[in-house]
Amino acid sequence: MLGATIIVFREVLEAALIIGIVAAATRGRSGRNRWVLAGVGAGVVGSLLVASLTGELASFADGVGQELFSAGVLGLAVLMLAWHNIWMSRHARGLARDAKQLGADVASGRRDMSAMALVVTLAVVREGSETALFMYSLMIGGDNSRVAIFLGGALGLALGAAAGFGLYAGFLRIPAKWFFSATSGLILLLAAAMASQFARVLIQADLLPSLASPLWDTSWLLTNNAPLGVLLHVLMGYEATPAGMQVVFYATALFLIAAGMRHAKTLQSPSS
Amino acid sequence: MKRTVKLAIALVAFGFSIPGFAADQDVSLVIRNNRFEPQEVRVPAGQKIRLLVKNLDAAAEEFESHELNREKVIAAGATATIYIGPLSPGRYPFFGEFHESTARGAVVAE
Repeated sequence: MLGATIIVFREVLEAALIIGIVAAATRGRSGRNRWVLAGVGAGVVGSLLVASLTGELASFADGVGQELFSAGVLGLAVLMLAWHNIWMSRHARGLARDAKQLGADVASGRRDMSAMALVVTLAVVREGSETALFMYSLMIGGDNSRVAIFLGGALGLALGAAAGFGLYAGFLRIPAKWFFSATSGLILLLAAAMASQFARVLIQADLLPSLASPLWDTSWLLTNNAPLGVLLHVLMGYEATPAGMQVVFYATALFLIAAGMRHAKTLQSPSS
Repeated sequence: MKRTVKLAIALVAFGFSIPGFAADQDVSLVIRNNRFEPQEVRVPAGQKIRLLVKNLDAAAEEFESHELNREKVIAAGATATIYIGPLSPGRYPFFGEFHESTARGAVVAE
């Protein structure tokens, strides 16, 4: 039972932290809870679908279908996060002052919320499909009773969700003055981390050269399976042994999104 | 003339020594009863390797290695293709995340 708890927790944690960041970054926006819940719901349905199609997905494209799918999911999430951050750079001040004054921006705000809900869905699909496969493989393994497996998995899910909520609650304690910088900074790092993962899956599929494998090795300092290593991996893309190409993608995403945010700031309409 | 031939041979040899240009080498593994067979595979260092992992069990498995920086779910009955390397000489452990107590192995690059 404990085995199920640990693995489900590990899988759920990544999605839960991402949901925590998204929820914090969209605090105070109208219908926020509904958008996030809709994102989670669509993600759960999507992960069951993906889990049931794993065999078909794997044999697709000369055995690298899974990598292509992951790359698509990650790439889309990076674009959504980048778009959100650039949009926020332009609208943050207006949002902070009075949401009702936005008027004409309501539609664009709704677009941004749907982009963030999509990020939630993609995160849940990615981790949820693995969780579903794992739970299924335990059930047919027959070493444990189904009740024990189910309870173990539920406990892992609860712990993972608690960690995501903890991150969210921590964010809410950040003073208003720093809140926007903190959330947009973390979203920026999250997007760069996903860009690095995007490169990793394409290297694994031999569709991108690794450039150097690894570029450095800091596993003596912090391994990727230590709790802190896992946390830093999810939040800012820490890797003990990254490929050179991953670092290139990380730095490029960081630079492009930051440049986009700077540019958007200068475009702020004079009235706001 | 002789020098040109030598130079050509040297260039061709150099071309093959660049990891990206070397032919990929296939290494096959199977998963049976939640274990990898063989548990240890030896591969040449400095060369890209194509790992072919066939899951003979009825349950899915997730091939994972922090040292190789790889993870991939392998459905029941499916064969996964995982490219690794070029590796420096050394031992690179991997495990099956869904059956971590039994599914353990390592790639040894030399």
